[in-house]
Amino acid sequence: MSLLDIQNITLKFGGLVAVDNVSLAVEKGEVFALVGPNGAGKSTIFNLISRFYDPVAGTIRFDGHDLLQNAADQVPGFGIARTFQNIELFEQATVLQNLLVGRHRHRQTGLLSNIVFSPKAYREEVRHREAVEEVIDFLNLQPYRDKMIGGLPYGVRKVVELGRALASEPKLLLLDEPASGLSVEETQDMAFWIEDIQTQMGISVMMVEHDMGLVSAVSDRVMALSDGKELAMGIATEVQSHPAVIEAYLGTGEVSKTGTSRA
Amino acid sequence: MDFLQLIISGLANGCVYGLIALGFVLIYKATEAVNFAQGDFMMLGAFVCIGFTNHEYMGLNFWLAVPLSILVMGAFGYLFNWGILRHMFGQSQTSIVILTIAMGFIIRFFAGATWSHEPTSLETPYAGQELRPGGLVLGVDEVLIVVVTAILTLVFYLFFSRTRIGLAMQAASQNQLAAYYMGIPVKRIHSLVWGLSGMVAAVAGVLFASKGAIDPSTGLLGIKAFAAAAIGGFGSLPGALLGGLIIGLVEPLAARYGPPGVSQIAPYAILLLILIFRPGGIFSQTQRKKV
Repeated sequence: MSLLDIQNITLKFGGLVAVDNVSLAVEKGEVFALVGPNGAGKSTIFNLISRFYDPVAGTIRFDGHDLLQNAADQVPGFGIARTFQNIELFEQATVLQNLLVGRHRHRQTGLLSNIVFSPKAYREEVRHREAVEEVIDFLNLQPYRDKMIGGLPYGVRKVVELGRALASEPKLLLLDEPASGLSVEETQDMAFWIEDIQTQMGISVMMVEHDMGLVSAVSDRVMALSDGKELAMGIATEVQSHPAVIEAYLGTGEVSKTGTSRA
Repeated sequence: MDFLQLIISGLANGCVYGLIALGFVLIYKATEAVNFAQGDFMMLGAFVCIGFTNHEYMGLNFWLAVPLSILVMGAFGYLFNWGILRHMFGQSQTSIVILTIAMGFIIRFFAGATWSHEPTSLETPYAGQELRPGGLVLGVDEVLIVVVTAILTLVFYLFFSRTRIGLAMQAASQNQLAAYYMGIPVKRIHSLVWGLSGMVAAVAGVLFASKGAIDPSTGLLGIKAFAAAAIGGFGSLPGALLGGLIIGLVEPLAARYGPPGVSQIAPYAILLLILIFRPGGIFSQTQRKKV
């Protein structure tokens, strides 16, 4: 059975069909990429999985659970973590604190035992700190460990957000444009990390990305979307050379011949 | 000695202002709403405790009545958000502010109708008792206010820095979207914060009513507490307490050493100065935006 199984999902905003009858499945251990022009519905699919929107039709199952029966704050509990296109961090907290919030779903000790800092709470705290330090080592975040998010450069924030998602030890990681705004070197680092996340940590990854270099380098399967519909599906090179995909990105030849296209 | 005496009674008043300001800040930090009924919450908490304790009402044991009133006010705050405010999620701040002002009027009317419009005192087992350490004469009620506020501050500090739910409240106040996707139920957290600030209001009310008579209009004290919160920096818990203490201390000192009438103006004069020279408050938490 697939880890994430989306069947015939549809979402409408008023008259606009943002996602039109899309089905896809992410298998355990794979890197699955969603590509397509702006407004194709890629991030919207992420927001559907995160339960930010209610679909008008379709089902979303994850690891044996019906996600549509659960609220947004319950989704992380099943083992889904995500990053955001526009970086959503806790700005007035340090890198370390942000990563520790990622451990929220694993915290079990009660109010009183936390306040008096009982041996059980102490042991739990040590465990969470260890898990977070591993992530900090993995992503080379040591220099920024105790810095406030507010003062960090964009590229570092991007990595911190990835780190916070990893700290929650997810089964599925949703990355919304992990390379946008990153330099060439930073994008390369990102590619290595995604590979390690897949092979060493055994976490499945689903990502939305425009950088086809990164997509071809790391993904096992790629789905291209346009206007909320599936255009093509397969390995990166197949999808990139698919006529419908080329048409969606560049427009049809006919239009430019008639001279109505400004391009 | 006279000066020390003034300081102690100022501290006691300041603690009450600080506790009400704490209620303002808790709600503002977590939900970005300002509860203009916070002073009335305090008054209601005091009357609930009077209703439980005083012999003309239920006549319960004081030490039983206090935790009961705290629970009642906690439930009141929680239900106020759960039943009313939650359904205004996403509305403009103005509508929420107006709603809390209206709520203040309702609470004042309710308290007057249920208990009394006349000044009423809480019957405490320690009423009129005094401590006399080294020539000072301290009312037990005043000492208790300072001690309870100090303990409450410590508990709040531990709550927000160590507990899962306290940390979740901090996270939700900084970024609601991100908090959701860390598995934090933001709307329930909001209700809990309202419950918490109801409980703080009850403590402030009990302390205040054990020191002197209260009536339904006592809630207007909330305006001074609002000034205290603004002086401290509206998003800061230690700032709220400090702001309360400053106002509490300035009032009796201005009354004793200043010309008549100054003590009533002094808190707002300080607020004005702070807003001119340090608009974010003493513990300003706003950061200058980077360009």
